[in-house]
Amino acid sequence: MMQDAAMVEMEKVSKWFGAFRALKDVDLVVRRGEKYVVCGPSGSGKSTLIRLINRLETHDAGRVRVNGVDLDDDLRKVDAVRREVGMVFQSFNLFPHLTVLENLTLGPVWARNMPLHEANALAMQLLERVRIPEQAAKYPARLSGGQQQRVAIARALCMKPQLMLFDEPTSALDPEMIREVLDVMVELAHEGMTMIVVTHEMGFARTVADRIVFMDSGEIVESAPPGQFFSSPGTERARIFLSRVLGH
Amino acid sequence: MAAAPKKGSDPIFEWIRAKLFPSPLSSVATVLILYLAWQAIPPFIDWAFLDAIWRAPDSAACRAAAGACWVFVTEKYRFILFGTYPYEEHWRPALAIFLLITLWAASLAPMFWRRWLPLMWLAGLAAIGVLMWGGIGGLSYVENERWGGLVLTLLLTTFGIGGAFPLAVLLALARRSRMPVLQGLAVGFIELVRGVPLISLLFMASVMLPLFLPAGVSIDKLLRAQIALILFAAAYLAEVVRGGLQVVPRGQYEAADALGLSYWRKTVLVILPQALKIAIPPLVNSFIGLFKDTSLVLIIGLFDLLSTVKIVLTDPVWSGFGVEAYLFASLVYFVFCYAMSRYSQRLEWRLARAEGARPR
Repeated sequence: MMQDAAMVEMEKVSKWFGAFRALKDVDLVVRRGEKYVVCGPSGSGKSTLIRLINRLETHDAGRVRVNGVDLDDDLRKVDAVRREVGMVFQSFNLFPHLTVLENLTLGPVWARNMPLHEANALAMQLLERVRIPEQAAKYPARLSGGQQQRVAIARALCMKPQLMLFDEPTSALDPEMIREVLDVMVELAHEGMTMIVVTHEMGFARTVADRIVFMDSGEIVESAPPGQFFSSPGTERARIFLSRVLGH
Repeated sequence: MAAAPKKGSDPIFEWIRAKLFPSPLSSVATVLILYLAWQAIPPFIDWAFLDAIWRAPDSAACRAAAGACWVFVTEKYRFILFGTYPYEEHWRPALAIFLLITLWAASLAPMFWRRWLPLMWLAGLAAIGVLMWGGIGGLSYVENERWGGLVLTLLLTTFGIGGAFPLAVLLALARRSRMPVLQGLAVGFIELVRGVPLISLLFMASVMLPLFLPAGVSIDKLLRAQIALILFAAAYLAEVVRGGLQVVPRGQYEAADALGLSYWRKTVLVILPQALKIAIPPLVNSFIGLFKDTSLVLIIGLFDLLSTVKIVLTDPVWSGFGVEAYLFASLVYFVFCYAMSRYSQRLEWRLARAEGARPR
C-alpha cells in the first residue's frame, strides 16, 4: 500500500483543560510503518497527544487527520477511525466480566461485524502470538499484570488495526513483567506495524523508534532519530530529562 | 455467672468465653440479651403452639383459650390468599401462583439463561391470563375486579419489576446523557416521582387520571394501579442503576470507545453488565420494597394479600383475632422476601467467584 502516506497528521493542534493549556500548537506527521516514541516529564501532554488520535480527547484548535479522515464531532468518522486504530492503556482496561477470549472477540464481532467463529480463530492466533493461548478461558482478574497487558495488546490487534497507540503500557507493571510486554511490542514493530508509544523505556526507544518526540509543557520541544536524540539532545530541557531517566 | 473458667482446656468453654464473654461490656450485653430472650420466647411458644387452638367448630373455643386461634387462619386462609375470586374456582389462581413462582425460580437459575427464556415467560403469562380471566376452554369468565390476595400481590410485583426495571435503566442512562433535553426530562421525572408518596401517585392514577381522559375512554383500575407502581419503582430503581453506572471505571468506557463500539453496544455489552452487578444488593432491596409496596393498592380498592386480611377481620364472628391473621400474612411476605434476599447473596457470590475476585 501507500508506504509513504501519512497515517497521522496534526497541524497547530491545541487543547485546553479549563484554563490549563495542555497542548500548544502541536505539529506532527507519522507515516505508515513508522514507529514514534513520545517521551517527556509527567504533565507534558504526551497522553493527551495520543488520546487525540482516536478522539478519547477532543482538540480545541487545529486539525487532526488520521488515516485520511479529519476528526470532528461526526461520530461516524470517529468510529471509522477508532476501528483502524488500536489502543493499549497504562491500566490495561480489560473487561472484567468477559473471559480473555471474549475480550478479544468483542470488538471484531460488534464493531466490525466479523462472524464469531472467524473472530475466535483470529483471537486464538493472536493469543499464541502474545504467548498466552492457555489463558483464553480465564477471566482477566486471574492473570498477572504482564499477562493482562499482553491480552490488551492482543485485543487491540484483533481489530486488525493500521495504527497502534500505546499509552505508557509498562508503567503499571512490576519490573519483572515489563520485559515480556516490551518483547511483544518489539516483535510487533519488526512486523511493520505503525506505532506511537508513550513510554519512559529508553532501551525500547533506542532499539525500535524511527523518531523520538520529546515533549514539555504541552509543546513538542524536540523530534529526532534516537541516535541523535540520545547522543546530542538539542535542548537543555531534553538533556535534563535524559539525565533523569537514564541516570538512575 | 459471667466469670470465665480458670482452666480453658474444654473447647466448648473456650468458645463460650471467646465469643460470648470476651470483655466485661460484652458479658453484660450477653446476659441482658439472654434475659430478654427468656422473657419473650417461652411465652410466645406457649401462645403460638402449646396453648393454641388448631381445630374447633367455631370461635367460642378460641375465646375461652389463652393461646393463638389458628382456627381463624385455617378457616379464612382461602379468602386471604385468593380474595373475592369465586370460591369453587380457587384452583385457577392457585395454579397461576404456582406457574408464576415456577417462572421466577427458573429465571433465577443460570442454566435457564437462554434465548428462549423470554418466550417461556410470554407463554407462562399467557397461560396465567387464561387461567385468571377464563372465558375460553370451558373456564368461566372472572373479571379482574374480583382478583385478589396473593395472586394479585405477585402479579403486581412481577409486572412492576418487569416494567420498572427497563424503564429505570433508560432513565439512568438518560440522566447521564450529554444531551441536555434528555437529561432534563430524566431528572425531572425522577425527582417528581420520588418527591411524592406512593399513596398520592396511586390516588392520582385512580381518581385524577380518569378526569383527564376523554369521555368514553376508561382504563381498568388494576392497570392504573400497575402503571402507578411501575412509575414509582422506576424512579427509585433509576437512581440505583445510576449508582452502579458511576462506579464503572472511566477506563472501561475508554476501552470500549477505542474499539469503535457504538454507544448502545458499548452500553449493553460492556457498561451495564458491570454496573448492574455492582448494583445487585440495592436492586434486590428495591425489588423487596416494591413487593411490599404493592400492599398500598388497598387504598384504591384493590384486594391484595394485606387487604384481604383486613377484610376477614371485619367478620364479627371472628373479630379480635387480628394478630393471628397478620402473622399469617407476614409469614407469606417473609417467605418471598427472604427468598429474594438469599438469592441475591448467592448471585453476588457466584459472579464474584466466576470472575476470580473475592466476594465482598
